[in-house]
Amino acid sequence: MRTFLYQRAREPNEAAQLAAAANPPSARSRNKVEYLAGGTTLTDLMKLDVAQPDVIIDINPLTETGHGRIELSQRGLRLGALVRMAEAADHPGVKSQYPVVAQSLSQAASQQLRNMASLGGNVLQRTRCTYFRDVSYSECNKRNPGSGCAALTGFNRPHAVLGGSDQCIATYPGDFAQALIALEAAVEIAGRSGSRTILFANLHRKPGDTPDQETSLRPGEIITSFLIPAAPWTRRSLYLKVRDRQSYEFALASAAVALDQQDGIVRTARIALGGLATVPWRAVEAEAFLRGKSVNEQNAAAAASAAFVGAKGHGYNDFKIELGKRTLIRALQQAAALEL
Amino acid sequence: MTRRDQSSGTIMPQSGPDRRSVLMGTVSSAAAPVIARAAQTEARRVAPSTSSGKPVDIALTINDRAHNVAVDIRTSLLDLLRERLGLTGTKKGCDHGQCGACTVLIDGRRVLSCLTLAVTAQGRNVTTIEGVANDGELHPMQQAFIDYDAFQCGYCTPGQIMSAIGCVNEGHAENDADIREYMSGNLCRCAAYPNIVDAVKQARAQMKTASTQ
Repeated sequence: MRTFLYQRAREPNEAAQLAAAANPPSARSRNKVEYLAGGTTLTDLMKLDVAQPDVIIDINPLTETGHGRIELSQRGLRLGALVRMAEAADHPGVKSQYPVVAQSLSQAASQQLRNMASLGGNVLQRTRCTYFRDVSYSECNKRNPGSGCAALTGFNRPHAVLGGSDQCIATYPGDFAQALIALEAAVEIAGRSGSRTILFANLHRKPGDTPDQETSLRPGEIITSFLIPAAPWTRRSLYLKVRDRQSYEFALASAAVALDQQDGIVRTARIALGGLATVPWRAVEAEAFLRGKSVNEQNAAAAASAAFVGAKGHGYNDFKIELGKRTLIRALQQAAALEL
Repeated sequence: MTRRDQSSGTIMPQSGPDRRSVLMGTVSSAAAPVIARAAQTEARRVAPSTSSGKPVDIALTINDRAHNVAVDIRTSLLDLLRERLGLTGTKKGCDHGQCGACTVLIDGRRVLSCLTLAVTAQGRNVTTIEGVANDGELHPMQQAFIDYDAFQCGYCTPGQIMSAIGCVNEGHAENDADIREYMSGNLCRCAAYPNIVDAVKQARAQMKTASTQ
């Protein structure tokens, strides 16, 4: 591992200040700055030499501030970015009122990792693409812009069938993000010049021609919390994850589903897909199809087809299109049948 | 240093040199308690250390003993335990957070020491496999692993036991399905999984009894 400058932020404002100080306007070259929370992605990637930060700002001391709190109110759910995955997954209010959130967290990683990993870090976790994680492969546009994409013609079984480009088809690996995008969550972001709030859907960027630019965060900005609005569909929600082994594995295909039904008819459907796309993926076409219909087998299948109209396989991952549809069909039927 | 007493299976403090320390020759004397707990709590609030290349001083508690050591900023908690403090019970498996062999408790919560930078354990309470026995009496989870033959080669066992203690304390060991799910972060290539589930169930009952006494 390369060495780095280590600093600790103890006050909420201090993190962005330290980040700004790491790159004074007079500096000739830019220092790479990373915030460190659970470290489950960053430390791993530093050992692999994929991440090469010059400066690490340890934000764990801020866990004892509002950044580490879960707040449930009539308006919705606020999750501090330094809440650990396990805390949110086990929170009784989250489990009962936002089951898709709790399930997406409890089905991810292992309990040791969930005890460590923060929610803010979780949504920013990097892809598991082998060609990205192994620096002995020279081609990776995400790690080394302009070098090519070895996955397009290589072993691409875990790769994305939605949202890819001819530069990158690396899958976004997270689960929690699918719950956030389905429930139209917002993200609070702090920077040196104040804070701003954006839709979670606008946080991640599709690879396009710049796969190395994964988010809309500006240099030095830090996620401080997630806001999930209360809505009639949050209780009838679930996360279905299909993977190569039953536990402690990334999704081959997953679906986050939330439904507002009356007399068996869908008023609102919220759907996101995981393990299948380059970014957290909301299936708006499937949502629109289901409005005003019942979730029977035929309608669920038609909604799933609508969700995958633009899907593209790359050989080894062709099966994920069918697997993704079946995952969504099952998730929709299970959500519709939930007894509340 | 610890060793297992061959006759009783008890984990005992070791006074003489063992194979590892003879081979290494450089195991530091850092196992000696250095500062009091109160001073250490204070240290957690004090200004952050910064370093680029230079060793940095950290203070932490390991198995109820205070330690003050200078480490390279890149040192993982796992390497601090094994290579600097001679606490080799915690095992290095994958070193990338995928196998669970390095599981320890920090402030009572099970975490992976291979993905924890030692510097971030500043001021924390770390419990390793060497710290769970009580005055030579095995922890109920250690005894249960022996009773149920919950291992073959034993390499994953310290991590399994630390994880299982965490699992019971979290309340995630109430049934077989939960034990399997919440112990999934600990891989056992000998596939002793059914016996591990049985061991966790026995220890769960004893740990509950102990906590209500």
